[in-house]
Amino acid sequence: MPILTARDQAAVRKEFERIAGPVKLVIFSQELTAAELCQQNEQLVREVAELSDKITVEVLNLAIDRERAEAYGVDQVPAIVVEGSRDYGIRFYGVPLGYEFSNLIDSIIVASTGEPALAEETLASLRALASDVEIKVFSTPT
Amino acid sequence: MAVASDRVRSTVIEATEFPELSRAYQVMGVPKVVINDRVQFEGAVPERDFLGAVLQAVETP
Repeated sequence: MPILTARDQAAVRKEFERIAGPVKLVIFSQELTAAELCQQNEQLVREVAELSDKITVEVLNLAIDRERAEAYGVDQVPAIVVEGSRDYGIRFYGVPLGYEFSNLIDSIIVASTGEPALAEETLASLRALASDVEIKVFSTPT
Repeated sequence: MAVASDRVRSTVIEATEFPELSRAYQVMGVPKVVINDRVQFEGAVPERDFLGAVLQAVETP
């Protein structure tokens, strides 16, 4: 059973007209920890990737691909890393459904362009940051 | 913001799937934003306020 309805697919395809460059979605799974959620996450990401030929998918295992997980700073499953021409630091923990699904789609588009939709003042302040910033956004599907 | 600066990493966490993390960060309502484990707020805020929270989080205490 597909997760995305025909209507979802059409809406995402429309959004994906704005994709500028290649995007890689790196999935971290670990069946022992959260089999059902990891399978659902993989399926969702694959269904999304099918809607644009600019999106590729790589599936890694948190327990086996430890070096990659460490390099990405990923320590939970299921996880998704959204990479554009480079790794911008966009991560999702958990299956991004409902409200988070539109966040995922927006993240893919922003990562593909490398151009955040922020005010010039915000961009200038962010460029001037002298130390690392780690933002966690807790969300729910509804 | 993550795209705008190499200094910024942003993780969206599905609160119900990670109850331990949600408990640790005392998530009562969503969206809840936690920056550098120092500054936090609940609900959607204007971009200017979000930036203010980021800058507050990197200020030396």
